[in-house]
Amino acid sequence: MTWNRKHLLDIESLSADEITTVLDTAKAFKAVSQRAIKKVPALRGRTVVNLFIEPSTRTRISFELAQQRLSADIVNFTADASSLKKGETLKDTARNLEALNADFIVIRHSAAGAAHFLARTLNTHVINAGDGSHEHPTQALLDAFTIRERKGTIAGLNVTILGDILFSRVARSNIWALTKLGAKVTLCGPSTLVPRTFEAMGCRVTHDVDGAIRDADIIHLLRIQHERQRKTMFPSIGEYTQLFGLNKARLAKTKPDSLIMHPGPVNRGVEIDSDIADSVRSLILEQVTNGIAVRMAVMFLVNGGKGAQEITGG
Amino acid sequence: MPESTIILNNTGIQRALTRIAHEIAERNEISAEIVIVGIQCGGVSVAERLAQNLSQIWSAPVPCGSIDVNMHRDDLSHRAAPTVHPTLIPFDVTGKTVVLVDDVLFSGRTIRAAMDALTDFGRPKRIQLAVLVDRGHRELPIKADYVGKNQPTSQKEKIIVRLAVRDALDEVVLERP
Repeated sequence: MTWNRKHLLDIESLSADEITTVLDTAKAFKAVSQRAIKKVPALRGRTVVNLFIEPSTRTRISFELAQQRLSADIVNFTADASSLKKGETLKDTARNLEALNADFIVIRHSAAGAAHFLARTLNTHVINAGDGSHEHPTQALLDAFTIRERKGTIAGLNVTILGDILFSRVARSNIWALTKLGAKVTLCGPSTLVPRTFEAMGCRVTHDVDGAIRDADIIHLLRIQHERQRKTMFPSIGEYTQLFGLNKARLAKTKPDSLIMHPGPVNRGVEIDSDIADSVRSLILEQVTNGIAVRMAVMFLVNGGKGAQEITGG
Repeated sequence: MPESTIILNNTGIQRALTRIAHEIAERNEISAEIVIVGIQCGGVSVAERLAQNLSQIWSAPVPCGSIDVNMHRDDLSHRAAPTVHPTLIPFDVTGKTVVLVDDVLFSGRTIRAAMDALTDFGRPKRIQLAVLVDRGHRELPIKADYVGKNQPTSQKEKIIVRLAVRDALDEVVLERP
């Protein structure tokens, strides 16, 4: 058990032990969601602000449910309805939220480093719910949790991440988490979206799909992110599907027990065949379920104070 | 170097648990209504032994579960986040007499949290409390129904319960700093 952090800003700075602590804690929280009363009082009386400057549905709902199941009080703050539209800076918005005595800020922002900036500026706990193309730590933790739950362990597994790596914060956080936990990570996709520079993060980079997924235990698909591409990085969606989409013929050439993941939202018929997305090898909905448990665990862990962990007797 | 004294040895623990089991059987005539729930971590192995003893007395299995109270503690933001252990209650507690079991009774705050956690699983008919050692210093109005040993202590002393530790005899040790 290792956890002394006030914030969760990225995976890059976490140790393997810290990641494992989150996964172990999440296991206990997953059980809470399976009870008749899906709620514990761990964050009773604590106020959480969900500051979603960039649109998000599933991550925000997942965080909200996690917070509700921990009995926290919640304020949701979205870009459309906020004073940011009137020209207020992020710093001023955040300091105003702090002045309202918020204890936690969960931030999603289109700029990389936004969560780190808030953590430096404010005294509240800060949780990064995705910052630009930089990191999406809770997504990587829930992915790791899902893999470990299904495969028993992560060390030694072959994980192939397929798709838009360049613009993907999910990919970056996953690469950090999986390599720290001892998986062998392969990245694959069009050369414009999967540059060789990623080899510096300890991954294998290839542009040959069949070779990339042949020995994979986990095939992790990423959505093509139209909103993050300033210019087109490949000729057409149809060509992408042809060359890199996961279909039955491709899947037939993989290990029979390989499992498929996708952080959502799924573009059916683009990066994945509709049938495969609904098949028994797809973990897509388990990822959603596990997201709540992992986010509960993260909020529970960062809430801890500075005191000693062990209290003898009780 | 802390000074330590054994306050319960292997046979002492066995005798205490046998006596508690008989006391539970004496106070609860309908064996089918009794379930045992051990508090993580220290209470679980005590609970398992009590359940074993009871099932011998009644010649019928006694359900035994475990409960983790860390999500229900009242000091979560004042300390590093605690390690959360599994809660396993594979039976319905509604209408049952639940015997909560812990190794050491001290402030009573763990028991308060355990009772809160337990009521999330149903509405027990009654809750009783069994502990191996009661060391005093209560901070809440909580009293054990069954006590293995009353041991007066100072706040600074520690009680260490070693049960089911590999290759070693069971013992309860009082440690003075």
